[in-house]
Amino acid sequence: MNTNSNTYTVIYSIGLVVVVAAVLAFVAKFLQPMQDENVKKDTISQILTAADVEFTDDNVLEAYGDAIKEAILVDINGAVVDSLDIKTREVYGTADLKKHMIEEDMFPVYVFENVIVIPCYGAGLWGPIWGYVGVDKTDYTTITKACFGHKGETPGLGAKITDEPAVFADKFTGKTVGPFTVAKNVAATEASAVNAISGATITSQSVGKALNKWFGFYENYFAKMRPAVEQENPEQPEQPAEPAQASEQAQASAEQAAAEEITE
Amino acid sequence: MKDFDFKETFLNPIFKGNPITVLVLGICSSLAVTVQLKGACVMGLSVAIVTAFSSLICSSLRNTIPNRIRIIVQLVVVALMVILVDQFLKAYAYEVSKTLSVYIGLIITNCIVMGRIEAYALGNKPFASFMDGLGNGIGYALILIIVAFFRELLGSGTIFGYQVIPDSFYEAGYMNNGLMILPPMALILLGCIIWIQRSIQKDLQEK
Repeated sequence: MNTNSNTYTVIYSIGLVVVVAAVLAFVAKFLQPMQDENVKKDTISQILTAADVEFTDDNVLEAYGDAIKEAILVDINGAVVDSLDIKTREVYGTADLKKHMIEEDMFPVYVFENVIVIPCYGAGLWGPIWGYVGVDKTDYTTITKACFGHKGETPGLGAKITDEPAVFADKFTGKTVGPFTVAKNVAATEASAVNAISGATITSQSVGKALNKWFGFYENYFAKMRPAVEQENPEQPEQPAEPAQASEQAQASAEQAAAEEITE
Repeated sequence: MKDFDFKETFLNPIFKGNPITVLVLGICSSLAVTVQLKGACVMGLSVAIVTAFSSLICSSLRNTIPNRIRIIVQLVVVALMVILVDQFLKAYAYEVSKTLSVYIGLIITNCIVMGRIEAYALGNKPFASFMDGLGNGIGYALILIIVAFFRELLGSGTIFGYQVIPDSFYEAGYMNNGLMILPPMALILLGCIIWIQRSIQKDLQEK
């Protein structure tokens, strides 16, 4: 057979592409449930990390089911508009976060016993970055823990936002929500700023930008929740001036952070 | 009848004719994924699987492939294998696939894969081509693992993520070499490996 004729070439290429497409479609469909499950587990494990709930790789879903109180959706004005089904472990993945960030309508809040966890999402150096931030339920101001993820940041540099919590993510503990920056040479005493990772300036700054944006989305929700907290704990609200309280806490935690740095 | 020489096809690309150190192919990804041993192992394994099976498929099809579009056909086969590997990693080894991120997809552009298909698989029988692809993939993986071993040890003080340099060393003033985790150091290490290989194998030295 003449394998160099035009007809043969065209038929051959069409046939090849159809076969390859069929194989890929079959494999993708076949593996889809496992991949979705992995992505969901990954999201939940990040939420749990931010909430400081202990879990192992095998019981991520159970640990989430036990620890979560409710998962609500709030709008930009801070009003609760909907809720996520915690029985089926429904969570907002990165695709959902992106969609709602653009539409600016619904933002998830994962409510745990002592903390709430809110996500953030933004563009890093190579691809999307995201994070989950635990905020103390007693004041809706102090960050208890943060956990970041990324799609394709540079391994060994930008990827440190996920891989090496001690270098970056742990530094968020004790900071306050609000206009946030991640930059070079930030003093440990700053309330809403964290030192960037050297060699990963753009990724670090992007984390700051993403947090800034998402704290903005939740600002009204926090503002709504804060008076409720004060009413619930009437013995505590001696300091009605929010910024003073915040900066005091930040200073305490900053001192702690500074002490940690010295031991390092 | 023996239709191929096992030593020549399989072992040669691992040592004497290593694709990275002798042919200097596939340098790009070997610089990028050698920060940690775990990633380097999975990457090496993935490349070995992709080269072996794409060589096998292309070699089986070699008499039917129209000559004018053979590069495109090779590309389609390689891309198919890479996407399959990527999908399986996402389903069964999600953590690793997250670490390797874009580099799995970039195996498509790895010169070793296309180079072996074009140079060997299109002119040889399927089994021999399979062994040739596998040998080249393993040769690639071997260099990756050697480079990653030194980079992880000296750059992070760990092997497979486990700390091997005791804390007392750090207290005594030892520091991890930050340059080790940056790509330039991988190139220097690779240069050292090529240097060592050439001083052992005199026939590789140019006159």
